[in-house]
Amino acid sequence: MSPKKTPKVELTLPIIPDMELAAIKTAEVVAKHMDLDEEKSAEIGMALIEATINAFEHSESDSGNVEIHFVIQGDTLVIKVTDKGRGFDQANVKVPKIEEKLGSDHKRGWGLQLIQELMDTVEFESSPEGTTVTMTKKK
Amino acid sequence: MSDFSLNIREKGDVVVIETTGYLNNVGGEKVSEACCEKMDDGKKYFLLNLENSKVVNSIGVSILIEIIEKLQDVDGKLGYYNLAPIVEKTFNIMGLTKYSTVYSSEAEGLDGMA
Repeated sequence: MSPKKTPKVELTLPIIPDMELAAIKTAEVVAKHMDLDEEKSAEIGMALIEATINAFEHSESDSGNVEIHFVIQGDTLVIKVTDKGRGFDQANVKVPKIEEKLGSDHKRGWGLQLIQELMDTVEFESSPEGTTVTMTKKK
Repeated sequence: MSDFSLNIREKGDVVVIETTGYLNNVGGEKVSEACCEKMDDGKKYFLLNLENSKVVNSIGVSILIEIIEKLQDVDGKLGYYNLAPIVEKTFNIMGLTKYSTVYSSEAEGLDGMA
């Protein structure tokens, strides 16, 4: 049997606390299959945690699930995290700074910043019907 | 739900807190409660051993920012050691390392806090 050129792994996560840990276990297996080094594998895991908990927390999803697709395209891993929530406008998301967080009541709001710093590319598609975060990491 | 536990001990003026498990909102709150209790007793130097917390999320780390803020009010210090590389990178991205210190070992941390 000839190997598929773009292997895919699809994961459906119920919105349950800590279920993001299931996503990083899958990411570790995919990263190992691609022979990614430990640093890149860990960066993917951290970005995936943030994308998943963002989807859990902000989507107000009716479906109760978050879909995660891993696609291996040559030497690049493409991960899509999709929720069916109300969407968001990236323009309204302020870049967090610790100097502003100290002394503020709102310490959170770091997820998008972390995802963008840890992955090679990140794209957001959002509408009132849901949000898909597409992130890539090259080997 | 993931298990998260703490082992707390004192070395002179420094409170050493060893965490085990996923540092998320639940874990972060447990660390915060432990620090607040010790601060009520007059302690203001805290060293976290994160050797057994190799997975964190930004919500848990945000709670560490709250601890830093509380320690600033009493001229205290927060430090860490045994960080997984991705945890240290996360702390750098979020700016924690501007206001707290990553040490290579407990001994270096205790020296640094003195």
